[in-house]
Amino acid sequence: MSTAEPTIKVEVMRYRPEQDEKPWLQSFDVPYRHDMSILDALHHIKDNCDSSLSYRWSCRMAICGSCGYMVNKVPKLGCKTFLRDYIKANGGPGKIRVEALANFPIERDLVAKIDDFVEKLEIIKPYIIREEEQKLADGAYKQTPEELARYKQFSMCINCGLCYAACPQYGLNNKFMGPAALALLQRYNRDSRDQGNGERLPILNSEEGVWGCTFVGYCSQVCPKGVDPAAAINQGKVESSTDYVLNLAGMSKAKEYKDSRKQTEQSCGKGDCGCGGKS
Amino acid sequence: MSKRKPYTRPMGPTWWASHPYYRFYMLREGTSVFVALYGLALLCALFALVKGEGAWNAYVAAMSSPLAIVFHLVCLAMASLHAVTWFSLTPKTMDIWIKGKPLPEKLIVGAHYGGFVVASLVIIVAIGGWL
Repeated sequence: MSTAEPTIKVEVMRYRPEQDEKPWLQSFDVPYRHDMSILDALHHIKDNCDSSLSYRWSCRMAICGSCGYMVNKVPKLGCKTFLRDYIKANGGPGKIRVEALANFPIERDLVAKIDDFVEKLEIIKPYIIREEEQKLADGAYKQTPEELARYKQFSMCINCGLCYAACPQYGLNNKFMGPAALALLQRYNRDSRDQGNGERLPILNSEEGVWGCTFVGYCSQVCPKGVDPAAAINQGKVESSTDYVLNLAGMSKAKEYKDSRKQTEQSCGKGDCGCGGKS
Repeated sequence: MSKRKPYTRPMGPTWWASHPYYRFYMLREGTSVFVALYGLALLCALFALVKGEGAWNAYVAAMSSPLAIVFHLVCLAMASLHAVTWFSLTPKTMDIWIKGKPLPEKLIVGAHYGGFVVASLVIIVAIGGWL
């Protein structure tokens, strides 16, 4: 390495649970090249400076959603964020601080503990729900390009968790379902093949559902895939309000689903066994 | 034995102060306080009007003080910010599709400004006619 090679100061959050009480910052001078991403800088540090540094990464092309970090307090994908945007010559601050994603506990160094987020993705029933399955002989469920367009944007999520790191409501109370899970809920509700609207409405309607959102809107700003979870959630508020009014008229889909669940529970005595009241 | 010890970072009451986006969000939400205060001032006007001429004149005199005028200017600025930020968010709250395409965001925002202008004109004309 020649001494003339420019470097940039990169501070990295370190937390080693077996020896640290709380996170601290370690500073490195990383050689700067025009095409280097934050992830490349972390690789340089791990390969040349401190091999004990832990961080998640995989695809290097903004599709796996593994390398979410806080870069100068902003949630970013490490592979999609470049050193060149932080150097002084380009109007940047001249230094970079990389931390683990905010609003999640820290497992080690830059590795966030995202168990809660993954559980929430499961809660919203992220699969096509049919009242009655079409016969196999009838072929695939067909969909027009327009029907696809209605939900496609919300299906682009890569589960990177940047929106959770951007959401102060989730940070203050992690019972809130959060941006990505609620956007995924809308992705299935909007799907013309899906009939599980009533099943998902109780989640949508709850305080932890769309009503936990105060429309900060930062989730949509930081989303690397243009999913716009804030739009998904706030359109969900319209749907939730509509269901409330329908409920007054005795036509709530959420109530319809709850009542049918009760009947199932009464007939088989369990409810969660998945027998649909047949046993 | 597991060495796992996940660390949860504290989030203090000033969490919003460290980031410009959150600061503007707090200001945006804070405008509602001034909108409510102005609503109260209007309510006082209504009470004074019902009470009689003396009360109304006292109210008008109170509202002519420099402090009251500053209060109104601040309320106007805050209410304007409230309206502008809300209008800019409205496309996110609507899922309207026409002929297989989502309604353009500019049209939704424009319609809100249009409605705002029409409503203001109606009120001004109505009050003008009444006076």
